[in-house]
Amino acid sequence: MVGYVEALTDPSYHGQILVQSFPLIGNYGVNPEDFESERPQVKGYVVSDYTEYPSHHSSRKSLRRWLEEHRIPGLYDIDTRALVKRLRHYGVIPGVLVVSEKPVRIKPLIKEARSLPDPNAQNLVAEVSTRDIHIYNPEGRKRVVLIDCGVKRGIIRSLISRGVSMVRVPDDYPAEKILEFNPDGLVISNGPGDPAQCRAVPTVIALLKQNLPILGICLGHQILALAAGARTFKLKFGHRSQNQPCLEEGTRRCYLTSQNHGYAVDAGTLPSDWSIWFTNANDGTNEGLRHKKRPILGVQFHPEASPGPTDTEFIFDLFLEQLR
Amino acid sequence: MKKIKKVLLLGSGAIKIGEAGEFDYSGSQAIKALKEEGLEVVLINPNIATIQTSEFLADKIYFLPVEPYFVEKIIEKEKPGAMMISFGGQTALNCGLALWKKGVMDKHKIEVLGTSLESVEITEDRGLFNRTLIEAGLKVPRGLAVESVGDGLRAAEQIGFPVMLRSAFALGGKGSFLCYKKDELEEKLRVALSETRQVLVEEYLEGWKEIEYEVIRDRADNCLAICNMENIDPMGIHTGESIVVAPSQTLTNSEYHRLREIAFRAVRKLSIIGECNIQYALNPENGDYRIIEINARLSRSSALASKATGYPLAFMAAKLMLGYTLPELKNPITRATTACFEPALDYVTIKIPRWDLKKFARVSRKIGSEMKSVGEVMAIGRNFEEALQKALRMLQIGMYGFVGNENYSFRNLEKELSNPTDERIFGIAEAFRKGWSVEKVASLTRIDPWFLHRMKDLVDMEKRLRSYSLKSLPYELLLEAKKKGFSDKQIAIFTSSSEAEVRERRRQLKISPSVKQIDTLAAEYPAKTNYLYLTYNGREDDVRFRPSRKKIMVLGSGPYSIGSSVEFDWCAVNTVRVLRQLGYQTLMVNYNPETVSTDYDMCDRLYFDELSFERVLDIYEKEKPAGIIISMGGQVPNNLALKLHQAGVRVLGTSPESIDRAEDRHKFSRLLDELRIDQPPWKEATSLEEARKFCDRAGYPVIIRPSYVLSGAAMSLVFEEKSLEKYLKKASLISPEHPVVISKFITGAKEIELEAVASRGKIVASAIIEHIENAGVHSGDATTVLPPQKLYLETIRRVRLIGEKIARALKITGPFNLQLLARENELKVIECNLRASRSLPFVSKVSRIPFIELAVRAMLGLPVSNGRSIFELNHVGVKAPQFSFSRLKGADPRLGVEMASTGEVACLGDDLNEALLKAMLAAGYRLPEKSILLSLGGEKNKQKFLDAARMLEKTGFKISATEGTSRFLKRQRIENFMLFKIHEKRQPNLQDYLLEKKVDFVISVPDPGKPAAFDSDYRMRRLAVDLGIPVITNLQLAESLVNAFASRKIESLKIKSWDEYD
Repeated sequence: MVGYVEALTDPSYHGQILVQSFPLIGNYGVNPEDFESERPQVKGYVVSDYTEYPSHHSSRKSLRRWLEEHRIPGLYDIDTRALVKRLRHYGVIPGVLVVSEKPVRIKPLIKEARSLPDPNAQNLVAEVSTRDIHIYNPEGRKRVVLIDCGVKRGIIRSLISRGVSMVRVPDDYPAEKILEFNPDGLVISNGPGDPAQCRAVPTVIALLKQNLPILGICLGHQILALAAGARTFKLKFGHRSQNQPCLEEGTRRCYLTSQNHGYAVDAGTLPSDWSIWFTNANDGTNEGLRHKKRPILGVQFHPEASPGPTDTEFIFDLFLEQLR
Repeated sequence: MKKIKKVLLLGSGAIKIGEAGEFDYSGSQAIKALKEEGLEVVLINPNIATIQTSEFLADKIYFLPVEPYFVEKIIEKEKPGAMMISFGGQTALNCGLALWKKGVMDKHKIEVLGTSLESVEITEDRGLFNRTLIEAGLKVPRGLAVESVGDGLRAAEQIGFPVMLRSAFALGGKGSFLCYKKDELEEKLRVALSETRQVLVEEYLEGWKEIEYEVIRDRADNCLAICNMENIDPMGIHTGESIVVAPSQTLTNSEYHRLREIAFRAVRKLSIIGECNIQYALNPENGDYRIIEINARLSRSSALASKATGYPLAFMAAKLMLGYTLPELKNPITRATTACFEPALDYVTIKIPRWDLKKFARVSRKIGSEMKSVGEVMAIGRNFEEALQKALRMLQIGMYGFVGNENYSFRNLEKELSNPTDERIFGIAEAFRKGWSVEKVASLTRIDPWFLHRMKDLVDMEKRLRSYSLKSLPYELLLEAKKKGFSDKQIAIFTSSSEAEVRERRRQLKISPSVKQIDTLAAEYPAKTNYLYLTYNGREDDVRFRPSRKKIMVLGSGPYSIGSSVEFDWCAVNTVRVLRQLGYQTLMVNYNPETVSTDYDMCDRLYFDELSFERVLDIYEKEKPAGIIISMGGQVPNNLALKLHQAGVRVLGTSPESIDRAEDRHKFSRLLDELRIDQPPWKEATSLEEARKFCDRAGYPVIIRPSYVLSGAAMSLVFEEKSLEKYLKKASLISPEHPVVISKFITGAKEIELEAVASRGKIVASAIIEHIENAGVHSGDATTVLPPQKLYLETIRRVRLIGEKIARALKITGPFNLQLLARENELKVIECNLRASRSLPFVSKVSRIPFIELAVRAMLGLPVSNGRSIFELNHVGVKAPQFSFSRLKGADPRLGVEMASTGEVACLGDDLNEALLKAMLAAGYRLPEKSILLSLGGEKNKQKFLDAARMLEKTGFKISATEGTSRFLKRQRIENFMLFKIHEKRQPNLQDYLLEKKVDFVISVPDPGKPAAFDSDYRMRRLAVDLGIPVITNLQLAESLVNAFASRKIESLKIKSWDEYD
């Protein structure tokens, strides 16, 4: 119901047409401070109703103007609930947005959509990962290397606000070179697509051999699991909302989390020195894992929130406590 | 799980301003949650019209006051292991706190479930509250708790004017004032400190956004924010008086989640277990915030949040209070996912308060920091405009939506916008129509421009529509109008056509609404929910429709207002229950978020939507049920009967033509004449001259009923020729096409009601109710007795005969209610309603005759067996009205022909005196301990009260009296102390005695010969009400009460549960 700017700039949505289930969008305009990356990442945006007149002290421009500037087409005044029900049923499906003055013939468009390349077979991560190395907060007490698979700014914000120095590297950055930074810890970021396609998996396999504290988030969590020897699979109903309840194993605590993923870790395939940390309270899928002896953590959800609830920010504190 | 067997639950008592039907909803849910755990539930609630006090919910019900004295007695008797005090509003919470402070819980080893009383106390004590939250690093309004006028003034200097004055232990914002100047503050401080020990002087946060969160927390420290809400009317207007939208619309992600996080910090600090409401002020310039209030109990807002999200907050809160953790519970809407989640909405809801300020003499119509509204509606739409227009129609105040309304005007529009009354929303429409800019309206109202732009869109839409005829109206524009919530009626007004023509045009163009589910998850998971609404912003229905002969549609009551309250919800809910027991599928239509009928587990399908002809027909056409019941929801559905019938809808029960014959005064009066049933003299007049002639002959006062095709024109009581002319001329109500019916208004006669169910014109069950007050007091404000105690057998026999005649003539099938006047044995019929009446729950529960079941069976054409006779009862039930005058600044508490009570209570006793005394205590009256003031207007009143005055003296009460009354009593050798009236400004003056509470009960009976406007006792009555001193203004009630005082002490009132009576 809030967070459209964050969602549109989330690199995990790269290349997708985003459909918003809450019908009133654009109310508070667009404020660059809310960006999760430099620009909107989606290919198209579909809403039920949007406003031409945003109202908020922090608004810099309207949603329409912003999307127009980035040449991102939008569609409104359709039954988004009907569409969401279909997406729920069929999962993520290829789609085509057409702008036309004349009546549109549907059949050729369905054909066109069907012939679109499967985004999951593409290397989406390469499209959103950084090309250069960025260093944040160089004065920080500890140094963390971040493998950028399409990182949200929220993750970087959450870490540097806790006083660490960060080195952001591309997703295909080799392990040896990462170690040259002499990091105190490693973070594997979120990102789009199928984890099995990720070039970072072998890097993480190599780094797991080092005694390095690691935190994997979302896609990073899946990459971590793959590197540890577990398998991932495509979910029937992906998790794409801000109200995903996650149970912490061995406790009675349940956290509300923000999520955006179509793949999940098959908890049954985890090697014996790993344990399940969080489980989704609705569908029982894996939401987090940790190494039984070493300081290695992975969470499927977004502890940095933005958009969404801030209940699990403590994950960052937990990670930082374990830095060398 | 905790080891408890029996739980005592406190209800909230009568419906009053600030405490309404929402606590029937929350209490009912709590009972369901407790019963599911196999616990025994003992309920205390004198509100007999509630659903929670039905046989099928609690195990034991006490119709007794929710007051420490009675609750302690019940505890001694029932010995419960635990208690719940957070489901009965402020009444239950205050009562629980008082008992706890007295040590009653410790003494009887009772556990109070949920949030600890220590924490509750923090939320109730402003000073403690502020200290605790500041300690937790949270921001509260700058302010100081003071206990004296001097300290209050100093605090205000420190904070800077304007300041807000609040008093602790308040419900619905009572005792909060905005003060701009020092002398104003001084006066208000004095009044506030007379009611409570401590008040708070606070910084004023005018124009800040007002945001609310509904939060739950379990004992494992899991916290959820189930719903957030944004008041469209910013700070300065009580949230109960505000138009509220859920979810919030103008907050960013970071604001939303920051406030959510702060809410969790606050509830953790307070160790809340269960439900809690937190209110914020949010600075629209920079996002700064203050926590305004925390209610550690179920509230009006939590009821609204439950209906807005589909998440049953009260039910879940009860489970958490029993010790469950959230992940252990299932989401009852999806039945597949966990309850530990926050609902995602794919629609928007708008709540609008329903005011009834026109009903009160002298009351200010300004809205502000005190609550005055008596009910509310909630509308659901897929955009703001759709929801807003629906909601405005739902109010049932004659408005067609945001635009297209006729019956209002503003003398000073700027003032209306900046200093609002209950009609400001229509003032905004007016402003845009005049071409005012959003900026101008925003600066006057301080309403966020986002909302105003949306409102302006509607005015622009009206303009576009007006440039077409229905025939030339393009498809796209008609569809767009429907998507923006325009009703057929509105479109008809703009295109100079009729509602039926617009409907027909829509049918041709295949423009129809879609049915959508409320599933708490925005369609992310498949849900089996039956909670539905209609929208034009959709292209498919979420559910399928199967026509069935075993499917019945039931219409609910709409908003609570003066005269229509929880009793109709009780009727509707019980109708649905009976139908389900008989194997029928049920569809409920209602939109009042305070009701049990809008709980999705009461019926097979809940349509949370408009009770308009258009919408009911939309649903009927989709669902194709076997029939529709319109007689159980009060006047709102009843008014639709004829129109639906004419549109081909099968209306069950009495034929709509008969309903029309009873509703149309002219037809009804003629019918009575035909049946040779006596009625007050009447005349149908087509000209002023004719009207005047009749009145001269029959004598004033008279009741004028305009032709009922003229909507919005209410009946009126006229005392003299001048006002007759004024009334008829002003409204141009009279013409040959629109005659008025004038009847003589009879006072001084006894009033009787017949409550009955008939089947094909034959009465199958009936009960006769006796009013204590003579005719002249609205029947809704009367104190009523069942079975009758002072009626002749012959009178009763004749009432029955009249009832039978009318039932036969109108071929009544279903419930009906007849009102009669009796003088000696002469009976006159004054009114007849062919629907369930306000008294039905009272009559059903006192007599245990299943009126609803009989009525439903009759309407379905099933065999109906005779109920038992009320004359076999060994107990007496008394129903007493509950007034909310203390909240309505300036209102005269004098009773008259306009109904003024907001609710009612009823208690049982072995005799009239016992039941009456219990009922009066339950309605908030306190027994006099110091002195009773008598002020009897007119010679007749004085004479009539003489015996009662003697009895007061004999019983040992101290009597004070105003000058004339005092002299009269002294002549009769009744000792009394004379006090001058307030306006006489002489000593000893009544004002001081009231202020010092040396007088703690007022009997002020106005002279019936004098119109209310010239009543010099108004100030006395008003001051007494402001000071919380009981005021009685009716002679018969005063006499009955004196009898009760004389015969009964509070200790002698029996603590008996409902099932112990018979």
